[in-house]
Amino acid sequence: MKTSFTRLAMTAGLGAAVAAGGIVAASAEEPKQGGVLRIVVGSKIPSYDGHRESTFGMIHPIRPFYSLLIRVNPDDPQSSNFICDLCEGDVPTATNDGKTYTFKIRQGAEFHDGTPLTAHDIVATYNKIVFPPEGILSNRVSRFAMVEKISAPDDFTVQFDLKYASPGFMPMVATPFNFVYAKKDLERVDPEGKDPQYGMKWHQNNINGTGAFSFVEHQPGSHVLGKRHEKYHHEGKPYLDGFKAISAPKMSVRIQAIRGGRADIEFRGFPPKSRDDLVKALGDDITVQESAWNCTFGYAGNQTKPLFQDKRVRQAMTLALDRWGASNYLSKIAIVKTVGGLALPGHPLATDEATLKTYYGYWPDIEKSREKARELLKEAGAEGASFKIWNRAVDQPYKVVGTWMLDQWKQVGLNVEQVVVPTGPWYAGLRDPDAFDVAIWPSCQSVVNPIVDAGAWISKERAADNRGYYTDPVLDEWYDQMNREGDPAKQAELYRKFEKRVLHDEAHFGQVLWWHKINPHRSFVKGWKIAPSHYLNQSLDQVWLDVPDEERKQRTMDELGG
Amino acid sequence: MYKYVIKRLLLLIPTLFGAAVLVFLLLRAVPGDVCQLRLGGGGEWIDPVALEQCKIQLGLNDPLHLQLVDFLASFFTFNFGESMWTGRPVAFEIGLRFELSLQIAIMATLVSIIVAIPLGTISAIKQNTWIDYLVRTISIAGIAIPSFWLGIIIILGLLITTQAWTGTPWMPPIDYRPLWEDPGYNLSMLIWPAVATGYRYSAVATRMTRSALLEVLREDYVRTARAKGLLEKMIINRHALRNSLLPVVTIIGIEFAFLMGGLVVTEQVFNLNGIGKLFVESVTNQDYVMTQSLVMLVVTIFVLVNLVVDILYAVLDPRIRYS
Repeated sequence: MKTSFTRLAMTAGLGAAVAAGGIVAASAEEPKQGGVLRIVVGSKIPSYDGHRESTFGMIHPIRPFYSLLIRVNPDDPQSSNFICDLCEGDVPTATNDGKTYTFKIRQGAEFHDGTPLTAHDIVATYNKIVFPPEGILSNRVSRFAMVEKISAPDDFTVQFDLKYASPGFMPMVATPFNFVYAKKDLERVDPEGKDPQYGMKWHQNNINGTGAFSFVEHQPGSHVLGKRHEKYHHEGKPYLDGFKAISAPKMSVRIQAIRGGRADIEFRGFPPKSRDDLVKALGDDITVQESAWNCTFGYAGNQTKPLFQDKRVRQAMTLALDRWGASNYLSKIAIVKTVGGLALPGHPLATDEATLKTYYGYWPDIEKSREKARELLKEAGAEGASFKIWNRAVDQPYKVVGTWMLDQWKQVGLNVEQVVVPTGPWYAGLRDPDAFDVAIWPSCQSVVNPIVDAGAWISKERAADNRGYYTDPVLDEWYDQMNREGDPAKQAELYRKFEKRVLHDEAHFGQVLWWHKINPHRSFVKGWKIAPSHYLNQSLDQVWLDVPDEERKQRTMDELGG
Repeated sequence: MYKYVIKRLLLLIPTLFGAAVLVFLLLRAVPGDVCQLRLGGGGEWIDPVALEQCKIQLGLNDPLHLQLVDFLASFFTFNFGESMWTGRPVAFEIGLRFELSLQIAIMATLVSIIVAIPLGTISAIKQNTWIDYLVRTISIAGIAIPSFWLGIIIILGLLITTQAWTGTPWMPPIDYRPLWEDPGYNLSMLIWPAVATGYRYSAVATRMTRSALLEVLREDYVRTARAKGLLEKMIINRHALRNSLLPVVTIIGIEFAFLMGGLVVTEQVFNLNGIGKLFVESVTNQDYVMTQSLVMLVVTIFVLVNLVVDILYAVLDPRIRYS
């Protein structure tokens, strides 16, 4: 059952490499212009405003209409490299002791309504995201806490002044929700004169971006249709005439839609069994891209309850889990796979295998690990202790992994039950420390940004989503230090300390396995590379269809009418 | 008759009021809220400030009694409000889906009638023959098989058979086009759920037709008709079948009302953007405003369909008169 970290990393790397190889081979081919890509989307669009939303249900159909200031490299989305989208040249490095970032803005970019893009649009956009006026909902205000001022020294320069140097700043700028809006749209006046914030809310129901595609129609609950933006700022792109994002909440429909030729691709991910079924049914007509997924799947004992206040109990709980074995067998039925610490495996801040194997719960010998767990439980007087797992009524990966955890804990003598509730009550329960014993605690992020994301595990007084309800001033201090540390080596050192305390010393949080993203798609879809997040690489400007000319024309006729 | 209709319509008001209060309270008894789901339903990090602001904007922090008064006042002034999830007017969201649900309900009801009445009649006439046994087996199977399961089997069957015959798997369309825009596309999408659902309901109606007809066939007036030497065909069509249709009409009416708001799972299986799917989504999203409006819509449909059924009684049976 032993699976070495190296092998896993190699597997993940290989997966990425296979995907990359496919694209390398594809990019050696000449991309063909035309056709309409059909996507199936498993979630709904709350509003079109990226600044207030956080669901992939909005990102997948709406992101192609917008551009970002910088973005994850679509040709290398597995890396942490950013490239300019609406800025020009290379992504800027910080000046003024890491406190100033100056972006040169691309000239000639146009919004879909013909308005030329200037630095003032970028400033207005980021002011809405970072300093929203009262009554305007922006979902990333706290994460831009380092920003002091955003200004435009001239029409094509944008300057961000920070309160302190922060390694988390640039990844936050690259967040795919930061759609760039036109300043004149944000300043629109309510034609009825009723709403003074009309412009700030205009993008909730209207679309005008500089993205690769312009908006054609949205049938709520059915589909979103976009057509090529002829004046797109990346020359020669997009290759497609358009895209159609079809809403299909049920996973079986999405899978069968790809199988039955109603859709070409789904960007969130399918379980392993569905991948295998599609490959079996369609053979070479299906290409599978896989990647480690920037979503942690873990749990926390509720430390308002006496049982979990004893760190020996928490340590025993993590020691009982056979992560290395699960990476092999659980990954055959669930969308989890990669063993790792708090940072996404493969990221420069991720823990190396040797270090990881010294942490509780990561020992390669599971029998020795469980023996230690029993010993700690005995010391704590918690042999045979009873508790319930508070889980979400969603199969992948919640119920599958939750059931596995239950079995693992039973193997060290704990008496565990699982309570599975629908999403709404589950979240409500998480907010009520009296409602649960052990919470399933997932966290999905877009851009890989371990330093900022570590904010989930600091004290409950500062982290609203702390599911362990603990206070740990040491973690808080280290978190603040690493967020202001300019030296990458010192930052990594702080991160190691922080992680060890969370996973091992205090065992506040038990990271079980990282999610694993599986994207089977029709083999004729070329140019798209899997990213470690379902939020990333969704501009679709590099995607093309390797089908006969007639079929591409027919698709365009069918969906866009010529 | 018109007084009776007006009286029944007026009775709609207390019925709606009771339903409104009940659904309001039941929805709020479920823990959780739309803001949490909207901002972090996928496990994403949520800005606590944004979460609080969302709740304030949607009035979720207001006292419960104020929310109830607000809801009742809005509803009875035909202002259904805006969806808490999308921010779009509820009437617009429902209107978008109503057409599809209505078409499915009509198609499934037609399938049900076309199958049920002939089969039920034949089954009654040929009682205790192999034909009767066959029809009863088919109808019992229809009752036993959930329509969503039949839907899944239909989709898989289409995928497998088309791949075996043509080499390319085919499945019905998953995005809707109106009947008058693209009839071929529309019907190739909707015929399958109509068959899956219609079969289920036809099974109930077939059994009802059979048992009602058997009862009528034993009546004195049927015996008299036979004694008069009337043709069996005429006895069945003019005397027996018409009188046995009352319970069948009731069943079909209730089924129709149920189809308008109750095709919850079948709509998901076939990816139909109808009222049932909207219902599931709004309940899952804890979109109180939308769910309340949908419940009220379904209640109204049920009451009105029942009224129509009652009027049909009088049409079918001259002995029934309302005053």
